[in-house]
Amino acid sequence: MSVFVDENTKVVVQGLTGGQGRFHGLRNKAYGTKIVAGVTPGKGGQDVEGVPVFDTVAEAVAATGANASFVSVPPKGAAAAILEAAAAGIPFIVCITEGIPAHDEARAYNVLVDQYPGTRLLGPNCPGIISPGKCNIGITAGEIALPGGPVGIVSRSGTLTYQALYELKQLGVGVTTCIGIGGDPVPGTNFVDCLAAFQADPDTKAISMFGEIGGSEEEKAADFIAKEVDKPVVAYIAGVTAPPGKKMGHAGAIISGSKGTAQAKMEALAAAGVHVVNNPTEAGLKMAEIVKEL
Amino acid sequence: MDLFEYQGKQYFARFGIPVSAGGVADTVDEAVAEAHKAGYPVVIKAQVQVGGRGKAGGVKLAENADEVRFHAGNILGLDIKGHVVRRLWVEHASDIAKEYYASFTLDRAAKKYLAMVSARGGVEIEAVADEDPDAIARLHINPAIGFDEADARQLVEEAGLDAEARDGAVEILRKLYRCYVEGDADLVEINPLILTPEGKVHALDAKVTLDDNAAFRHPEWDEFRDIDEFDERERLARSKGLQYVGLDGFVGIIANGAGLAMSTCDVVNQVGGRPANFLDIGGGANAEVMANALEVINSDTNVRAIFINIFGGITRGEEVANGIVTALERVEIGSPMVIRLDGTNAEEGREILKKVESDRVISSPTMLDAARKAVELAGGATK
Repeated sequence: MSVFVDENTKVVVQGLTGGQGRFHGLRNKAYGTKIVAGVTPGKGGQDVEGVPVFDTVAEAVAATGANASFVSVPPKGAAAAILEAAAAGIPFIVCITEGIPAHDEARAYNVLVDQYPGTRLLGPNCPGIISPGKCNIGITAGEIALPGGPVGIVSRSGTLTYQALYELKQLGVGVTTCIGIGGDPVPGTNFVDCLAAFQADPDTKAISMFGEIGGSEEEKAADFIAKEVDKPVVAYIAGVTAPPGKKMGHAGAIISGSKGTAQAKMEALAAAGVHVVNNPTEAGLKMAEIVKEL
Repeated sequence: MDLFEYQGKQYFARFGIPVSAGGVADTVDEAVAEAHKAGYPVVIKAQVQVGGRGKAGGVKLAENADEVRFHAGNILGLDIKGHVVRRLWVEHASDIAKEYYASFTLDRAAKKYLAMVSARGGVEIEAVADEDPDAIARLHINPAIGFDEADARQLVEEAGLDAEARDGAVEILRKLYRCYVEGDADLVEINPLILTPEGKVHALDAKVTLDDNAAFRHPEWDEFRDIDEFDERERLARSKGLQYVGLDGFVGIIANGAGLAMSTCDVVNQVGGRPANFLDIGGGANAEVMANALEVINSDTNVRAIFINIFGGITRGEEVANGIVTALERVEIGSPMVIRLDGTNAEEGREILKKVESDRVISSPTMLDAARKAVELAGGATK
């Protein structure tokens, strides 16, 4: 099994006719993902290499039965695109857009919570999700992931997500699902959501978690692991050497005082029984060791 | 983008939030002229983006032109925690009966806005937050619903603001909320928000952080861009639109994605090196971006080796490789470089790089090996 997406996931790509949407949407399709439709207002009736394009998500859902959306729309329109997908009844939305204004993002998140409780948003500003061999939505290069499990990966940083997949593949360790939650201030899906899903998935036997400095999501994850997760967890936190008070690119990666430092997060996770490692390579090696003993 | 106090006050004024009459001065003569316009007595305030400027001698009261000359002369050029004062804000001194505190920001843990109001504003607000958290009234606001007059009134009552200040404070809070949301700020803070003996409420200070992601709908922000606060390398990087943070080591770092860039700094440290910078070329970086990044790193005289760590997702390997080739043609790179390229179209990228590989341009398959090699090329680990 896998979490959130599998071979039955049918995906509509919002922004399929744009540069990024076309490149990654078609790449996801080539991977084997069921990309059933595209949406670009004003371009309904066209197609992108055989994938039909609709004016609205509602039309795409009615015509194709799409049950997931891949939002690859520029920052200006991304929040509206997310809400359009939710209003059309899409239960799982992946938004890769980087640079959405914070207020747009906060509003969209709260509208989802209030009005569309059945919809899960992954991202924004995330690499997406891949259940290797079954479904790949987003920008991950599918060939760096080995199908079959038994490891579930959840990561806040895009490139570290790829790094995590790649290290495991080098060691011959497969993955059930790899989820990039993104580093924005208001992510639709957080560590705890993913940990809960992996804990509930019988095929996921161990979990790899990649966090980074800033915020308190890793600390919350540590609490959750202590109480609810009995599968082994390996964690790496990026930013040990980040100078305090400097903003390192991500809106999410801001340290204030001692709260949110890599050290504080690593200590919280270690106290919850997590195997805390010092770099992505060690994360792979530790996980391979754990998988061998399962 | 963090605004200086004077810019924050200008931004507040756009939303009708009352601030003291005043003006900006870059010289002693300008300070005297602004003081004359504002009316004595005046307060002269250093414009730096760092706290504790009052204690450092950066805020002074002046009763006449001679005192303005004396204080402005002392404050201009003053070094406050590494920030050199180049600009002053001169405003009419307010009589203060009470000092309050008000702010709006995002509470990331709650995923909602957080409004905070306190009757105990002023320089010790952080101590108040630590020692007596109940002295700060807090209200979470659902961004999908908003903040109305009843919310504002509830806050000022809970905070225990003086009765004569409440109407004025409610009005300011509502305007401050508009400034926060419509003004696309990450933070708006007034400390102190003052009550004058005449019963007027107004903002004596302004702390505003704008959300850079919203710049596309705020052409008026251009006037706020003051890059004096950045060091030389950061200024160059900024002019090229790169996410760059200067550090004090000797291995130049270029990576894609904030997480990988941070991780790259960590790994360089673990193998005994010290990163000279954090540079995230972002998602979807093309040849031009890579060439710009190399130019910025190349301008740093502390750099003795460069470590390029790219894992392609949106970023495509052949684009990165082309960027490196372009940069090598465009500028003479002073330091040897180690390149680790993986992910989307990595093989095409590595193929392109073969053309330029030498003993000073080296490809390395793994992050840890690449880090070791970069540190070695930089002259070895520091003790």
